[in-house]
Amino acid sequence: MTSISKTSRRDFLKLAAAAGGGLVLGFHWESAEAKIMKVIHGGKMAGSDISFNSYLSISPEDVITIFSPNPELGQNIKTSFPMIVAEELDADWTKVHVQQAVLDTKKYERQVTGGSGAIPHSWERLRKAGATARYMLMEAAAKRWNVPASSLTAEKGIVYHKESGRQATYGELATDASAIAVPAEVKLKDKKDFKLIGTAVRNVDNKQMITGKPLYGLDFYREGMLFAMLQRPPAFGSKIKSVDAAAAKAMPGIVDVVTFKNNVAVVGKSTWQVNKARKALKIEYEPDGAAVLESTTDHDQIFKKLLDSNDANVVSVKRKDGDADAAFKTAAKVITKEYQCPFLSHSPLEPMNFFAHVRPDGVELVGPSQTPDMARNETAKLLNIPPEQITLELTRLGGGFGRRLKADYVLEAAELSSLIKAPVKVIWTREDDMTGGSYRPAVRYRFSAALDAKGNLVGYKLRGVGINAGNCTREDNFPSGAVDNLLIESIEHKSPITTGAWRAPITNFLAFAEQAFIDEVAMAAGKDPVAFRLDLLAKAKTTPVGAIKYDIDRMKGVIDLVVEKSQWGKKKGVSQGFSVYFSHRSYVAQVAEIEMKKGKPVLEKIHAAADCGVVVNISGANQQVRGGVTDGLGHALYGSLTFKDGAAEQKNFNNYRLIRMKEVPAIDVHFVNNGIDPTGLGEPALPPTGGAVANALFKALGKRLYNQPFTKQEELKGVSLGERL
Amino acid sequence: MANYKLQINGRTLEADVEADTPLLWVLRDHLGLVGTKFGCGIAQCGACTVHVDGKAIRSCSLPVSAVGAKKVTTIEGLSELGDHPLQLAWDEVDVAQCGYCQAGQIMTAAALLAQNPKPSNEQIENAMHGNICRCGTYHRIREAVALASSKLK
Repeated sequence: MTSISKTSRRDFLKLAAAAGGGLVLGFHWESAEAKIMKVIHGGKMAGSDISFNSYLSISPEDVITIFSPNPELGQNIKTSFPMIVAEELDADWTKVHVQQAVLDTKKYERQVTGGSGAIPHSWERLRKAGATARYMLMEAAAKRWNVPASSLTAEKGIVYHKESGRQATYGELATDASAIAVPAEVKLKDKKDFKLIGTAVRNVDNKQMITGKPLYGLDFYREGMLFAMLQRPPAFGSKIKSVDAAAAKAMPGIVDVVTFKNNVAVVGKSTWQVNKARKALKIEYEPDGAAVLESTTDHDQIFKKLLDSNDANVVSVKRKDGDADAAFKTAAKVITKEYQCPFLSHSPLEPMNFFAHVRPDGVELVGPSQTPDMARNETAKLLNIPPEQITLELTRLGGGFGRRLKADYVLEAAELSSLIKAPVKVIWTREDDMTGGSYRPAVRYRFSAALDAKGNLVGYKLRGVGINAGNCTREDNFPSGAVDNLLIESIEHKSPITTGAWRAPITNFLAFAEQAFIDEVAMAAGKDPVAFRLDLLAKAKTTPVGAIKYDIDRMKGVIDLVVEKSQWGKKKGVSQGFSVYFSHRSYVAQVAEIEMKKGKPVLEKIHAAADCGVVVNISGANQQVRGGVTDGLGHALYGSLTFKDGAAEQKNFNNYRLIRMKEVPAIDVHFVNNGIDPTGLGEPALPPTGGAVANALFKALGKRLYNQPFTKQEELKGVSLGERL
Repeated sequence: MANYKLQINGRTLEADVEADTPLLWVLRDHLGLVGTKFGCGIAQCGACTVHVDGKAIRSCSLPVSAVGAKKVTTIEGLSELGDHPLQLAWDEVDVAQCGYCQAGQIMTAAALLAQNPKPSNEQIENAMHGNICRCGTYHRIREAVALASSKLK
């Protein structure tokens, strides 16, 4: 599809001034509201780079610098964003230099990594950035050679006039091109003409990562910088009663001990010294007002009580189609099952950290954040200064998984720096990370299905209770739209234990529960699990009930693909389990395969078929799917954070188990090729995995799993599903 | 505080630190060698793996006072030009996602290949099982170790 798009005048900067002896480039926004003259070299761009727009500059020596504005946490955006610009530019990828852009939402609008939204959001902008510069380079060549631009072609950074045999590199044309008027509209490529998009391009930071260069927040060092660790309340719902910091203050290397907002910060000259001194703090805590110090056993009781609630003030109805109660009364068969998951820690391997330097004239922030703009705005509010006085430099993120969507650790650094009036880096240990909150909420679901005498699904109910989970359902997801009588309800229990978005929020567990339940219902109806779902999709297509907010054809597309690739139902001696889920705009179906070896079930393979629209970088896309499946599998098998009197009982990887190499099966990845604009891939591969594995396990052992983590369930006692060797 | 003379990446480097300071923090805070990563602090994740006299060691749990004259190699010293067969394989296979654990993964793999240049898949998995990759790049780690091994003479 070829699209003609209007180029936002704001997006594109023009060469504004050449001053002094050399080429000093200024830029001005061509909009009435933002006439900003700005020199953005900062020692990072070559002095002679010519900027075409916020994303792109070209040097006369043919170095193409592409700025990647979004936080890079392993989703490979720092490679795939520039690929999109380079595609429309027809750049020579070997001459592309990628640079992480600093926070500047006037230029880049959405600098967020979350919700699998970076590429879907920026796809058009990035394409236009490349296409506009290409247009200007072609026009410059046309002018120089006095030929029509339509007689020119461009390939790998060179403009050709075939007729006369003339050619010029982008670098040679850059200065002239920057004087060409920015076009109001620009023609984008037909997707079938993509040369770079869809290929495997290696991560642009590979060399730095594998040689140990400083890339991450924890690696950041500034001369004179102090190190700090904070002692936070050990239990959610408690507050400081008294602090005795005398012993800590007397320890070597300790500069100060500062108490603020229930935190006791130990500030010193090295990480190890502050870590040691923190252990010498004597702090007494007491319950914060009426707060209850909750335990996991309390939550088990709360779940059971609230699932039975009839209180309209407690139960929030999320979707109601037809009359579910009536359908259940006349049903031939009713199936009701409950599913529960524990809290999870995000556990990115790089613990939380941030550098802050609060000076009288402004604030400097450096570190890993998924939401730098929010971090800056919250810091501005905290310090009561305008956001414009704050700069934020993004480092590479050593994982995020949603934890770094929150700015708590940024605010700690900013507040501490303002109190001690010095540059400081706040560092969390693994124990701080695991006990410090913002967890995947614990949830319990009750699913009910009503079947008629022919095994048709005539009624469907889902009620969920989540602890600080907000809406713990996704009311418009499948099978909504395919069932005449449906009721989706959500209940929230407010707790002092803090929760937050964890990769594929809510759906990371809801998908398992739903897909395991649907399998059980299909079997009760005497139908093949895949055929049962396809029948429901066909019904949603022909006679939809209420609003349908997922794409039926795309969902069917991934089902068909995984059925083909896994030879669903055709393999002898292999127990296959199926699952399909729609989340964050994309669709993924999976088939897990378990084989009995020496009397034990062994998870040998997971087939995954994904529809995320156009695949930008096939290497990175494969990683996102395999990584998502591995993440989903690992946490379904092992992940569990429990509480005793408000405190997390697991504090490090010795008893909070993460998946390791031997526990990962082969994962085959397939993509639907439908040419749809990209719809995101950071999260969608994770939700289906638990369901596929549980459904395979039922086929292998005849045992249903209802709770996570699987390995702690009675049904799997003595069975280590993961280990293949 | 005491002065320690350490043999790191073929050079003698000095640090004035307390005796119980883990080698990890001496490398990171005092010597500016930040390629060795902090992940857990209790020798569970492998992000801090370095070589001590050729053996893969968790530097987060090794006090500097125990290092003595032993030869320490960090990711920065694995090769002069970043062209150790494992580093080349890591790039070719495009292993990393967030990348934070990868220096530790490479150091574990390098100790394995130094001792056993042609490991079986099972030997690779046994050696690498102690290193956590939170992003789940295990398939490519395995593939890259095998690729590097295949290129060794």
